[in-house]
Amino acid sequence: MAPALLEQPAQAQTPAGVLGPGAVPVTLTINGKPMKVSVEPRETLLDVLRNKLDLTGAKRVCDRGTCGACSVLVNGKVMYACTILAIDAQGKQITTVEGFALSGGRPHPVVQAFVNHDAQQCGYCTPGFVVAAKAFLDSNPNPTYEQVKDGLGGNLCRCGTYIGIRQAVLEAAKTMKGGSNA
Amino acid sequence: MPEYRWPEMSKRKVMGKRLNRLDGVEKASGRAKYSSDLNKPGMLHGATLVCPYAHARVKSIDTSAAEKHPGVTGVHVVSPAGTEIQWAHWEVAFVAAETELAARDALKKIKVEYEVLPHVVHEKDLNKVQSRAKAAGEQIEGDPDQALKEAAVVSEGFYGIPVLEHSCLEPHGNVVSWTPDNKVELNPTTQAVTSIRGDMARAVNVPVANVHVHQDHIGGGFGSKFQPDRWGVAAAHLSKAAGGRPVKIFLDRQIEQVIAGCRPSAFARIKLAANKEGKITLWESQSWATGGFTGGGSPPIPYVYTRIPNQRKNHSAVSTNTAPIRAWRAPNHPQASYLTCAAMDDLAAKMKMDPLELFLKNVDLTARADTYERQLKKAAEMAEWKKLWHPRGDSGRGPLKRGLGIGVCTWGGAGHDSTARCNIHPDGTVEVELGSQDLGTGTRTVIAQVAAESLGLRVNDIRVKIGDTNYPPSGTSGGSTTVGGVSSSTRKATLNALEKLFEEVAPALGAPATELEAVDGKIQVKGNPAKSLDWKAACAKLGVKTISETGQNIPRDAPKEGLNTGGVGGVQIADVTVDVETGIVKMNRIVAVQDCGTVINPKTAESQIYGAIIMSICGALMEERVLDAVTGRMLNNEMEFYKLAGIKDVGEILVHLEIDEINDKRGVIGLGEPPAIGGIAAIANAVANAIGVRVPIVPMTPMNVLNTLSGRMS
Repeated sequence: MAPALLEQPAQAQTPAGVLGPGAVPVTLTINGKPMKVSVEPRETLLDVLRNKLDLTGAKRVCDRGTCGACSVLVNGKVMYACTILAIDAQGKQITTVEGFALSGGRPHPVVQAFVNHDAQQCGYCTPGFVVAAKAFLDSNPNPTYEQVKDGLGGNLCRCGTYIGIRQAVLEAAKTMKGGSNA
Repeated sequence: MPEYRWPEMSKRKVMGKRLNRLDGVEKASGRAKYSSDLNKPGMLHGATLVCPYAHARVKSIDTSAAEKHPGVTGVHVVSPAGTEIQWAHWEVAFVAAETELAARDALKKIKVEYEVLPHVVHEKDLNKVQSRAKAAGEQIEGDPDQALKEAAVVSEGFYGIPVLEHSCLEPHGNVVSWTPDNKVELNPTTQAVTSIRGDMARAVNVPVANVHVHQDHIGGGFGSKFQPDRWGVAAAHLSKAAGGRPVKIFLDRQIEQVIAGCRPSAFARIKLAANKEGKITLWESQSWATGGFTGGGSPPIPYVYTRIPNQRKNHSAVSTNTAPIRAWRAPNHPQASYLTCAAMDDLAAKMKMDPLELFLKNVDLTARADTYERQLKKAAEMAEWKKLWHPRGDSGRGPLKRGLGIGVCTWGGAGHDSTARCNIHPDGTVEVELGSQDLGTGTRTVIAQVAAESLGLRVNDIRVKIGDTNYPPSGTSGGSTTVGGVSSSTRKATLNALEKLFEEVAPALGAPATELEAVDGKIQVKGNPAKSLDWKAACAKLGVKTISETGQNIPRDAPKEGLNTGGVGGVQIADVTVDVETGIVKMNRIVAVQDCGTVINPKTAESQIYGAIIMSICGALMEERVLDAVTGRMLNNEMEFYKLAGIKDVGEILVHLEIDEINDKRGVIGLGEPPAIGGIAAIANAVANAIGVRVPIVPMTPMNVLNTLSGRMS
């Protein structure tokens, strides 16, 4: 067997500069602020947000990149925080629902539209949907009804709030931009 | 005693209005704290070790290495040597540690030796489980043999619906501390804030008064979250062992999907007979179901059309090595509706009769003939039945086949036992307190609407406080009984408090207390706004006193008071398109006509119906617990292959809630469950209508549809 495939040489060849396996200090830029936190390299961004930074708007539901309840924005793009290692999120702009949902006590238009159309029941998937909806509207300011259904296909709800969500996203598009397709 | 009856529909100012839910911004902005979001000072994290075998005996368990793992504060074994394990993912031990990762690492160091025993996990074929099936005994009504002889038409079929998993998005779990003063603080995710207190007290053997429960929000329950469960009790013991530090245990999704809630299956061979006009004369069924190892799960068939004159029924409960069932939104009703409506639809097809006509012709076999006749006609109108329905299979030549189908429901939904307390403070603040919970149904909001209506205020003037055992006891949220219970107790508590306020204010207004009323933020002499005090000024007359009055809904007294009642019907019609080349069923539309009583908030009530229908779509087309016969394990215990509908999968949903003066007089009736019943039946019948044959087994996945079309399914 080639030496690199054996356990010992493989370990010995670990390149310099690799962090871990224990906890290492990192700085994450979250909602515009640098935050210092000690993480293990195997920790997901989601677990660090929830367990170490008390940012619990992102929920841990499937923990395997399926349901979207942990959606956050990474450099403006919506991503599942359970599929990103916290150490890999260094140097990126991370926006959680807490970063935009309320400003000065005023709800973001997406949040308000979700409330107006009762687009939530138990509410556990809702922050993830709000993040996904914001990202969707940022890149599709004038969506059609059909585009909304495609655009939010990455999130799941168990209470069945999709009817309200469709209407909410259309309304938010209008209030955010004065769009005409809604 | 005040007049508790609801004000007339036309005179209501807050009840009946489409108000936004009060905690909407808090939840949608991610600010709402669920128990799974708590990060308490000094909190430890727990992890759960489960058994990989469906049937095994624990020979030995060694936790010593796990206990020495850095950061571990304790290991709590719940299945010691000798324990016979009856289903896969049975809890064996729990670990608490400083971090979640340390707890999980330590789990791997627990050494368990098992003696693996034979298991049975599948119940679809009754012949293969004979020794595990327990027959309930034959039930006979009328003379089924004679009815069979006299029948003009006999239709026979086999139908099945699998075990489904609750899949609450917030997993089961809790944060618990059990401090050295023998007090237990419990932050659960529960449908039963009041009663889980006593359940936890018994489980850890402390006085009930030493247990305090607090929960602000719950991320889904659907019937699966009532008990502290093994993980709750384990967390308490681990906390005690760690000197009272809070311990957080929430199940991993892979465990949650297996043991934290599923609903029973239902299979049946059904024979229906009718005379040549289509009047049903006979029901015969051989049915079976599994409710897991402990049994349970018997669909009430025939469903809704219960008065079929001649019946022969045999049911067997099959014990399998699978996790026990828990209550699921209308327990056993979706299964019963599917079995009954599918058999009726097949009878109509055999007679070349329009199933709508068959359902209508037999409404006298239901307990609410008028209701179902009205609803069938209304639903047919909304679904454009006349235009879109066609005889079974007669759906054109292309690969896309469209079809319509009918499903029916019935449910109780009267209010549970509930006590509310209303505090009116001298500064005008109003609090309404109940040891209840808001499952996302909008309980907080309806409480505020009832209180505001009763006190002549607006919802924002009311502080609703629920989710805590420091508040008066309120029932569990099951059976669609919450809204009836909390609205009635709130009505009484607020009016009792108002009566006290009238007594305090009467001298200032120069009129007897009995002559006062609360209208538009004022206390005034009845019909005389000139003689009034605004709410704050009136409350200021209390001086330093706070009024604190309670009101109770007692189920046995509720019928004569008229504030809540039970008993509703409903009809749903599904409209689907099936691609017979791919087997994909696409939802076009579902219409729901739903009977109701007094509706406090039509907006949140409609949300219940939308959600219930979407849950039915998941059950009809996607959801299924897949078990491996060899290992006995669940193969899709995650959310990628345990399929739930997404936003694009559900088509359009049209809801007609029968809000009118006559229904309103019945009082409040719960709506969480009834609309979650008929959808699977409606979709199954629509698929049969579209493709010309019955897909006998739900879910109607592409595989099951294609297998049916190619004759590979019985």
